[in-house]
Amino acid sequence: MQLYVRRRLSNYVVVGLSLAATAFGLLFLVFVLGTLLANGIGALSPTLFTLATPPPGSSGGLINAIYGSLAMTAIATLIGTPTGILAGTFLAEYAHNNRLGDIVRFINDVLLSAPSIIIGLFVYAILVVPMGHFSAWAGSVALAIIMVPVVVRTTEDMLNLVPSALREAAAALGAPKWKIIVTVTYRAAVQGMLTGVLLAVARISGETAPLLFTALNNQFWSTDLDRPMANLPVVIFQFAMSPYADWQRLAWAGALLITAAILVLNIGARLFASWSGLEK
Amino acid sequence: MAVEAEMVAIADTKARRRPAGRAGDPAFRALTVLFATLVLLVLSGIIASLVQGGFLAFAQFGLNFLVTSVWNPVTEKFGALAPIYGTLVTSAIAMLVGVPLAFGVALFITELCPKWLKRPLGTMIELLAAIPSIIYGIWGLFILAPFIQSHVEPFLIATLGNVPGIGVLFAGPPLGIGVLTAGFILAVMVLPVIASVMRDVFETVPPMLKESAYGLGATTAEVVWRIVLPFTRVGVVGAILLGLGRALGETMAVTFVIGNSHHVNPSILQPGTTISAALANEFTEAVGDLYQSSLIALGFILFVITFLVLAAAKLMLIRLQKGAGAAA
Repeated sequence: MQLYVRRRLSNYVVVGLSLAATAFGLLFLVFVLGTLLANGIGALSPTLFTLATPPPGSSGGLINAIYGSLAMTAIATLIGTPTGILAGTFLAEYAHNNRLGDIVRFINDVLLSAPSIIIGLFVYAILVVPMGHFSAWAGSVALAIIMVPVVVRTTEDMLNLVPSALREAAAALGAPKWKIIVTVTYRAAVQGMLTGVLLAVARISGETAPLLFTALNNQFWSTDLDRPMANLPVVIFQFAMSPYADWQRLAWAGALLITAAILVLNIGARLFASWSGLEK
Repeated sequence: MAVEAEMVAIADTKARRRPAGRAGDPAFRALTVLFATLVLLVLSGIIASLVQGGFLAFAQFGLNFLVTSVWNPVTEKFGALAPIYGTLVTSAIAMLVGVPLAFGVALFITELCPKWLKRPLGTMIELLAAIPSIIYGIWGLFILAPFIQSHVEPFLIATLGNVPGIGVLFAGPPLGIGVLTAGFILAVMVLPVIASVMRDVFETVPPMLKESAYGLGATTAEVVWRIVLPFTRVGVVGAILLGLGRALGETMAVTFVIGNSHHVNPSILQPGTTISAALANEFTEAVGDLYQSSLIALGFILFVITFLVLAAAKLMLIRLQKGAGAAA
């Protein structure tokens, strides 16, 4: 009886701790989002979307930073999506039991969690130094480099989910392999691949570290991709660290905007995936 | 006769069309190979640019760079000890706090929670991982740091600070900004990463094994301890290493709250710096080749450490997958 009680008790302890850990994790999600809402909503105003970032002490908005973030994310997506999809196609369609495939897969998985600030240093060395100045192009390339491993990973996974019977049926009709991939496999996997791209966009739209040494920041409205460009994450960083209350308010507003966008992208991608019948 | 001619004609067009369609094959394959090699090129490019950029610092200071903590842009003397130390200590705190929590969460999701709650809970954990680090940073600066300063640190100083031996870890005034706060934020950030990988790892345990144990009367704790953990040992270590890799390289959240001081201070309540925070704070303002080169050399050290940790994590997770495949 003694043993039985002891086992029951230790089980209660383990279950209780596990529950507490989960509650703690969820509490943090609520806590972080709650403070973000509390501080961000008060700082929201229509001028956020009409005025550029102000000097301290005068009123302004974030329109140049919002534009910069959208522009750089869009260019990065245009570079990163085809690159990631083609590399992922190689891994899924050509590289089973293939030395190059194994190496690329391994390196890709390591790059997936590599520190993003290192990517910033790399792009600084290959683009900013030769060009002689910071630019939105360099920022976009840095974001694209961060995006590629995510797209490669999801593309490979999604293509592997396509039943090989589909490929075999197309091959039996005499279709060449590239045509099978483009017209049959891609079509079967397109929802999953799109979900992957959406998640990758969500990932890069909050990245700050790689932009610090590439796009830098710009206090004024600028659409010139060859110049430094404002972007939400770096503006948030600078304004939050500043001692000015009105800059800090703008930082909270920017943080709220970015988090809302990322959560919408994430939840949207998930809904899209389950709506199109892709369960994990 | 007419039919025969038609058949010949059809065979002819087929023969002509076929090579045209097939010709696309090597081209498309080459295209995908090209983009796959791009991934390798990026990696070698990163290594090459870091080695080249940091060469000056390593040539100037040699191995002393790793063991001195002087960081003086005016006299151009640089040593990496303080950022390396800060990186390791903040990550250690993150692991100490984050791993048990992540383990509890993964355990709850796989073993305890009702089926209808599994997916929403998993999604919530993944959303926690999707929040960008700058948000954790601003939250840490304005909410967590003041809280730790006014509630946690005075308590630590009053209690653990007086214990001989470890008291030195908790010495000094409560500043809020410092190594402890940075480590704690990192813990919150790696929690979802580790938890979601651990959950996937736990799900690889064949249900039959667990059911047999339950059938013999084992409690949940015993099933986890004696069945799940031994079966997934390698994967669990892989998940922890993956989280460690993230913690080591995390930049923005740490930069906000670490205090950026290049002194090696034994007390975790005092400001410090990490490699990534030093880079984020100083790189664009670094004047002089040697200063900039020293920062890039720091980046090189960080890349080597995280690469090794992440590669080890990946190898362990691959090993678990192979093991599960063999057992199934």
